[in-house]
Amino acid sequence: MLANANRLTPYLFLAPAAAVMAIALLYPIGYMIYASFLDWNPSQRIGEADWVGLRNYANLLSDAAFRESFWVTIKFAVLVVSIEMVLGVGLALLLDRELRGMTLLRTVFILPMMIAPIVVGLVWRYMYHPTVGTFNKVLNDLGLPSAPWLSDGNWAFASIVIADIWQWTPFIFILSLAALQSLPRSAMEAARIDGATGWQLIWHIKLPLMLPVLIVTALLRLIDAFKVLEVILVMTNGGPGLSTEILALRISRTASEFRELGYAAAMSNLLLILLLFLTLAMFAYTKLTEARAARLAAAKEVEVG
Amino acid sequence: MPRIVFEQVEKSFGRTQVLPPLDLTLEDGEFTVLVGPSGCGKSTTLRLLAGLETLSGGEIYFDDRAIGRLEPKERDIAMVFQDYALYPHMNIARNMSFALRLERRPRAEIDSEVKRVAEMLNIAHLLDRKPAQLSGGQRQRVAMGRALVRDAGTFLFDEPLSNLDAKLRARMRTELAEMRDTIDKNMIYVTHDQVEAMTLGDRIVVMNAGTIQQQGTAEALFSNPVNRFVAGFIGSPTMNFLDGELSGDRVTGAGFDLPLPAALAQRAAAAASRQVEVGIRPSSIMLDQGAPVELRVVVSEYLGAQSVLVTRCGATEVLAEIASADRIPSGETRQFGVITDDIMLFDRKSGERI
Repeated sequence: MLANANRLTPYLFLAPAAAVMAIALLYPIGYMIYASFLDWNPSQRIGEADWVGLRNYANLLSDAAFRESFWVTIKFAVLVVSIEMVLGVGLALLLDRELRGMTLLRTVFILPMMIAPIVVGLVWRYMYHPTVGTFNKVLNDLGLPSAPWLSDGNWAFASIVIADIWQWTPFIFILSLAALQSLPRSAMEAARIDGATGWQLIWHIKLPLMLPVLIVTALLRLIDAFKVLEVILVMTNGGPGLSTEILALRISRTASEFRELGYAAAMSNLLLILLLFLTLAMFAYTKLTEARAARLAAAKEVEVG
Repeated sequence: MPRIVFEQVEKSFGRTQVLPPLDLTLEDGEFTVLVGPSGCGKSTTLRLLAGLETLSGGEIYFDDRAIGRLEPKERDIAMVFQDYALYPHMNIARNMSFALRLERRPRAEIDSEVKRVAEMLNIAHLLDRKPAQLSGGQRQRVAMGRALVRDAGTFLFDEPLSNLDAKLRARMRTELAEMRDTIDKNMIYVTHDQVEAMTLGDRIVVMNAGTIQQQGTAEALFSNPVNRFVAGFIGSPTMNFLDGELSGDRVTGAGFDLPLPAALAQRAAAAASRQVEVGIRPSSIMLDQGAPVELRVVVSEYLGAQSVLVTRCGATEVLAEIASADRIPSGETRQFGVITDDIMLFDRKSGERI
């Protein structure tokens, strides 16, 4: 009896947190999944909405605007994460040395990440402004014609990519720098003595040793890039046309402008499934490396024993 | 294999000087050991030679070639690190062949070279493993192998045995001593362990606080140290130091009054001060009924054939190394004799040998 009680004690202590989790996380998700099977207008209560089964999902597959926005999202996420990885890791490799004022520099670097996304969007929108914006002013001062930063489809896509890179490269930079600084110093010295040039050192020693951190960083960023909303909402609101309408924005507009809550819920679920796969990939990777480490340790045990 | 010359080499980190100007010449083909307590500048000296630290002043020559400002890879050196510094993501074969692969040597040549060295070091069966799968001793061998594959003119060792347990360390020490005789290279070895220094070095350089105290063979350093530091650093158990005062051809202090041999008495007469430190090696003290020195045994350490007695002479601790057959239980007081020919005197202020 007592043993039984003891076994249950931990769950008792966990219960409040579990309850909060259930209410704050599982309930909304369940609600959303349920809603995705409804034809639901915001003026209705959820009980009044019609059950339509999988029709929302079926419609999604044939919805050209949704497909377009899905494609824009993938393009955006892959592009920004690739560029941010190259820039962030590159900067970290360049700045991994004892520099005076490095702490200050690091703080300055993280600033973009700390600014509220809405503010970032506003700042960039003003900088991209066709007549009074910083960029066009500089172009004009140099005798060049103004660029249609946010008014042409291709330019607008490039503009949101640039803004996202500005905001998130520091994240990768900081994590890469931390990874670099935890690498074994003596292995790098050994490589220098073995005759490695700076590039060879990066290519053969530093990058392979940083890889576990880089993979997790890239996946984290990818998950985030699929969900980005506010900055683009403020800068372009998805336009011109659908050129910058990423999924999160499409969902928000479907719910608020088109007033189709069920349809928006179905889209959210698809996005959720996509992110779930990315998250699972990350967990799988961590598990894989852990399993390998365990195998190595076991092999060593046998060797010593 | 060059003759290596340090000329007024110095090193500062910021405003802290860790190595005042230093001159040192290492002859071709010598096994040199830099030895000293931690922080004495021995590792810094080695890293300056390797090119891992930049010189703050002076120059290093390999024969007549100034190399002090060259990149490590241009110096024709190989190095074994204290923590082995293996590349964790490469298997052993790739670890050992890294330098050769960077040089773009032909594949067949690399393979045969790695195989040859691996067999020499008994690690041929480990070539497919990753460093994390090896024990400390095996990693140590791989680190050694990686250096040997290079076929560099000069080998640097930075405390290579200090991460091993005592038994393994002794074995690796023997193997290193063997290697020293079979491989005709310059070897420079840094350690804080005077036993390693004595057993391995053709030439031992004793350093303290960034300066060279004395250099020479193990025998020279043991029997003829120039100052109190070297005398205390070389030899195990360490030399006993007692405060004493010279009077004629005797030296006296709290609890002892010893005659000096004629030659030493003569040198002592010319010494600047009467205040000296008397240095007596534990092996020069023996049990002697009716002898002038009376010591109380505090602890008796049994080491097998020999025992070390920790005794008190006045307030000073005195070690005596005696045959275990004469072992004395702790707490007893006995008379001890001293081999007076082995007594050394040091100036109490400067520490210089008299």
